[in-house]
Amino acid sequence: MSRKPQRTLKTPKPGEPIIEIEGLKTGFGSQVIHDDLDLTINKGEIIGIVGGSGTGKSVLLKAIIGLVKPRAGEIRIFGENVLTMSEKEHRAIDRRLGVLFQDGALFSAMTVAQNVMAPMREHLDISTRLATEIASMKITLSGLPFSAATKYPSELSGGMRKRAGLARALALDPDIVFLDEPTAGLDPIGAAQFDDLIVNLKDSLGLTVFMVTHDLDSLHRACDRIAVLAEKKVRAVGPLDEVRQTDHPWIREYFSGPRGRAALASADMAPSVQEDGHDGGGRQKQKVE
Amino acid sequence: MSVAGFDLHETQKGWCLHTTGSWSLGDGLVDLDNKLRQFADRTKGKELVIDLSEIESLDTAGALMLQRTMRSCPERDEQAGENALYGFEQVSGGQRNLLEAASNNLQPCEVEHHRGSAFIAVLERVGRGTEDALHEFLRLVSYLGEVLVGLWTVFSHPKRLRVPPIVHHMEESGLNATLIVGMMSFLIGAVIAFMGATVLAQFGAEIFVVELIGITVLREFGVLLTAILIAGRSGSAFTASIGSMKLREEIDAMEAMGIDPMDALVLPRLIAMVFVLPALTFMATMMGLIGGGLVAWLSMDITPALFLTRMQDIIVVSNFLVGMVKAPFFAFAISIIGCYQGMRVEGSAEALGRHTTISVVQSLFAVILLDAMFAVFFMELNI
Repeated sequence: MSRKPQRTLKTPKPGEPIIEIEGLKTGFGSQVIHDDLDLTINKGEIIGIVGGSGTGKSVLLKAIIGLVKPRAGEIRIFGENVLTMSEKEHRAIDRRLGVLFQDGALFSAMTVAQNVMAPMREHLDISTRLATEIASMKITLSGLPFSAATKYPSELSGGMRKRAGLARALALDPDIVFLDEPTAGLDPIGAAQFDDLIVNLKDSLGLTVFMVTHDLDSLHRACDRIAVLAEKKVRAVGPLDEVRQTDHPWIREYFSGPRGRAALASADMAPSVQEDGHDGGGRQKQKVE
Repeated sequence: MSVAGFDLHETQKGWCLHTTGSWSLGDGLVDLDNKLRQFADRTKGKELVIDLSEIESLDTAGALMLQRTMRSCPERDEQAGENALYGFEQVSGGQRNLLEAASNNLQPCEVEHHRGSAFIAVLERVGRGTEDALHEFLRLVSYLGEVLVGLWTVFSHPKRLRVPPIVHHMEESGLNATLIVGMMSFLIGAVIAFMGATVLAQFGAEIFVVELIGITVLREFGVLLTAILIAGRSGSAFTASIGSMKLREEIDAMEAMGIDPMDALVLPRLIAMVFVLPALTFMATMMGLIGGGLVAWLSMDITPALFLTRMQDIIVVSNFLVGMVKAPFFAFAISIIGCYQGMRVEGSAEALGRHTTISVVQSLFAVILLDAMFAVFFMELNI
């Protein structure tokens, strides 16, 4: 067999670190955004990144996937430092990452199906027929009707564009999926469906999910762990209940504000979704407080 | 991990497919696709068991291909029904999820093949193109009507006239274009003089270079080249700015606030252009004469004094007016097409680029068409 470059990357087992960030420092001009930031993300978890506006949540995401060049620090994905590797090695890493940008970032000149096929055509020598089949599967897997496949991004609603973007992010069966505010701009039902979809996909495809979000409901419904960004660092990281106890003014205000309380109350009453999950609809689990 | 593969065994009832290796896209799954399709075609209507005991890993694409093979014939698909694991053996927990996801999302996909006569296709394209051109023309004419009505209302209620944006666009499309327009006209005047010099010298008629420069620059080149440059420079800018406002829903926001985009966006650009293009034309004409005169002086020893006297003797004012009178019409055409194409932008950034290109092409065409019509008109009038 021909050994492909990505094969040389080791795949961590569930629970082992898949992304390790150490001493990260980023900034634009005289403005420093992250300073000495540490964060470890484990395989198979959904980590939610929260923080006030301008705390650099999206910049952190971009730094990990290589769109923003850090000033100092180390980022290791699959145990390899992505900041010192060659362009070619980085592409091998990129192949195993999927990114959903805020508004989907679909290529406007292509239909949804062509968008989903784009990464496959780029990285694999694949027949149109098989690519179409896989693309159609990812499109319906992402919760879009099959008829959306032939539509152009401009003909879709915001929520549908996000789902199409997710389908494209999943095209190559990535190990890690980055979501930039996946539920922003969706109606509550659509947002809850999207959260369930992510949990479902994580369970069935074994994904690791890095989710930047403002949505408290998403944190409850979907995230295994939460990392709070404040003052240029990760101020708290851990399961929701642990983070909630942290004594930090922003965290206190975030979780005890009216929206935070409402979301917590509804989460305590409603069945939550942290365990099982492969049976999409009938997920029932009591969360013991 | 090893490359994906499969073994086949014929059993008493039908077929058994043993999967081996890693069934994921990065591990040669693509090469397996055709073989698997052929196998699926061969086993139509027979029983099939897929044994996953020796599979190393499975991804969504692998699950899709297995599920597709299992359900490739109506009999098996019917028997399987909702049961995603029908016919599969030795399935682990994670694989079960993937197979379920695959069976729930299996879509019949036929890759389209375009068939049919190329001749008919060409005819169809020609027909569609003609129809589109006709519709485009009609829409443009109706937009022209809309703009004229808008102009009429603005001038009958002068309070609705927005002066600051007009001044802004005069600066943008006029003042900021003086350098490039002036330089270009100067060079064109010089080129005409050079060309005339070489040809006229053969007849010993160098002195007629004054007429050549005077008539061509005053009547045609001054105004035509200015209009062409402005169509490329400002017409496209009109389309791009209005188009991007349209994309970001700014136009909708204006209408919702009760601001008429015609008043706020289109008319200021139009009025500014109608004022500015004649001014630029005048400057361009002068620069063209200076360029031509300079070349005449340097290469043909026609002194500036002689050049000017001759110019006064033969170049009548009508030549100058013929050039100048065309400028406002060109300005009108350029700005209407620029704004119209901007308003037509819809949907994506790609549409913005397309309409900007169309805007430049259409306004160049309109300018040259108008120029030709003026030429015929003035010829009939003997001017």
